[in-house]
Amino acid sequence: MSLEVAIRHRLGDFALDVDFDAPAGVTVLFGRSGSGKTSVVNAIAGLLRPDAGRICLSGRTLFDEAQGIDVPVHRRRTGYVFQEHRLFPHLTVRENLLYSRRVTRQRGPGDLVETARLLGIEALLDRRPGALSGGEAQRVAIGRALLSEPDILLMDEPLAALDEARKAEILPYLERLRDRAGLPILYVSHNLAEVARLANHLVLMEAGRVMQAGPPGDLLSDPALVNILGLREAGAVIPARVTSHAEDGVTELAVSGGRLFLPRIEAAPGTALRVRILAQDVMIATEPPRGISALNVLPVEIASLRYGGGPGVTAQLRSGGDMLLARVTRRSAEALNLAEGTRCYAVLKSVAVAPTDIGGPG
Amino acid sequence: MTGLGPEAWDAVRLSLQVSLVATMASLPLGILVAWALARKSFPGRQVLNAAVHLPLILPPVVTGYLLLVAFGRQGPLGAMLYETFGITLAFRWTGAALAAGIMAFPLMVRAIRLAFEAVDPRLESAAGTLGASKLQVFTTVTLPLVAPGVIAGSILAFAKAMGEFGATITFVSNIPGETQTIPSAIYAFLQVPGGENAALTLVAISVGIALAALALSEWVGARVATRIRGA
Repeated sequence: MSLEVAIRHRLGDFALDVDFDAPAGVTVLFGRSGSGKTSVVNAIAGLLRPDAGRICLSGRTLFDEAQGIDVPVHRRRTGYVFQEHRLFPHLTVRENLLYSRRVTRQRGPGDLVETARLLGIEALLDRRPGALSGGEAQRVAIGRALLSEPDILLMDEPLAALDEARKAEILPYLERLRDRAGLPILYVSHNLAEVARLANHLVLMEAGRVMQAGPPGDLLSDPALVNILGLREAGAVIPARVTSHAEDGVTELAVSGGRLFLPRIEAAPGTALRVRILAQDVMIATEPPRGISALNVLPVEIASLRYGGGPGVTAQLRSGGDMLLARVTRRSAEALNLAEGTRCYAVLKSVAVAPTDIGGPG
Repeated sequence: MTGLGPEAWDAVRLSLQVSLVATMASLPLGILVAWALARKSFPGRQVLNAAVHLPLILPPVVTGYLLLVAFGRQGPLGAMLYETFGITLAFRWTGAALAAGIMAFPLMVRAIRLAFEAVDPRLESAAGTLGASKLQVFTTVTLPLVAPGVIAGSILAFAKAMGEFGATITFVSNIPGETQTIPSAIYAFLQVPGGENAALTLVAISVGIALAALALSEWVGARVATRIRGA
């Protein structure tokens, strides 16, 4: 199961020219607003006809300008979850969920009850969309797309219209969906926390073009991409494993470069996690720091230093087999004589945990 | 009511029949035209829009006369209808229905068109991604959502058809039992001495029918609106 996209399209002054593959698992299309992410998804769904190029899904050609192939929207089998839920107001939740079955007269293997349970909407089946909260409506919209038995799930910032509490309510369902292997998901986002939690594969877009694509661990720790990701949001995502829970409420995690101590995480020893460490939360010390309150200090080696136009420097730090990012000032970098190959210590002020397993490959 | 002769009751029955047929027969075309005007851009769109609205602006007598010219036995359309199907419209109740339908058409189209314009096209594209063909999108999403507008437009058209006088009397005259509807019957009663009582009764009946239609439309409209608002 994979998706291949290579399209060009002009919309007034805006030129879209993208070429990327999305392997199985969750591919996150990341970029600022206006970078053309939604246009790409609309082209895949058939809602936008590109000027040129081709789109293939699992070996099936959906669009090929040169060969004159343009499969109509309703035959593409793309489950689309929009930013707004777009539930049909005149139908109940159950009728919305079964809409695809009603119009295609097909009964796939997907089960209404099972899908409703997966998304936690069993109790809502007889309500109408007007009586749902934003989070509930979006979960129903996800269920409706799933029950259309799609070959790929397209999600265009499905959480953007929701507040933090509603986002936190839906993310676990998305993770469950991702881990229920088989269905590739193309997920549009401009939120790095979502990327860190969900992505198996990351495609970075800027001004209608693909800047870089690859595993999120590599891209998120690439200093060259810090500007695209945003200085405040930039940070590495690295795999970790729960090793033990101490009696004082601290959980110990193993990462490739050492050990991390975090406030208690509800996960059994052995559980694989992802931790996200923002570049601005990492301090660099040239000697093992003593007498500080930070629990997490990792020995690292400077892999690269990247000077920008401003007073800041982005340092890429090798910690075991993973890379961390640190933002320090140019003045500190010079005072500490930082250079590529320098061995030093990364002091982590804060570590965020994505609570579930890294699903699928990548 | 007992003072009403069979002639007047004929007028009531005929009015209901003419208005109902006029509304029902023009509804499919009304939905199609409203949809085209709301959603499609095509050459001649403005011409179509003007043609639909013409009966609203022209004096009804002019519309009636144009119908007579076109659909009279000697008229181009009338002759064709008679020769191919043996249908005559002029001076028949069917002609009255045609006149009423044409006069009511602009009101029907306006109401339905507004409803089409209020439907969120994003719901329709969502239906497409779920596997619905264009026709299925129309029947399962668009049409249910414009239902309140269709009902409002139909009631409006029915009321207009009930009250139609000028075009009807010009096109199909005022023949008791064939083309004499409530308005032309009232007119006829007022032309003869002692007809005032019968005219007044017909007026009361007319008001009653109008109020009943209004109440029905409010009731149906409210039910449909609740369904569609999705509460």
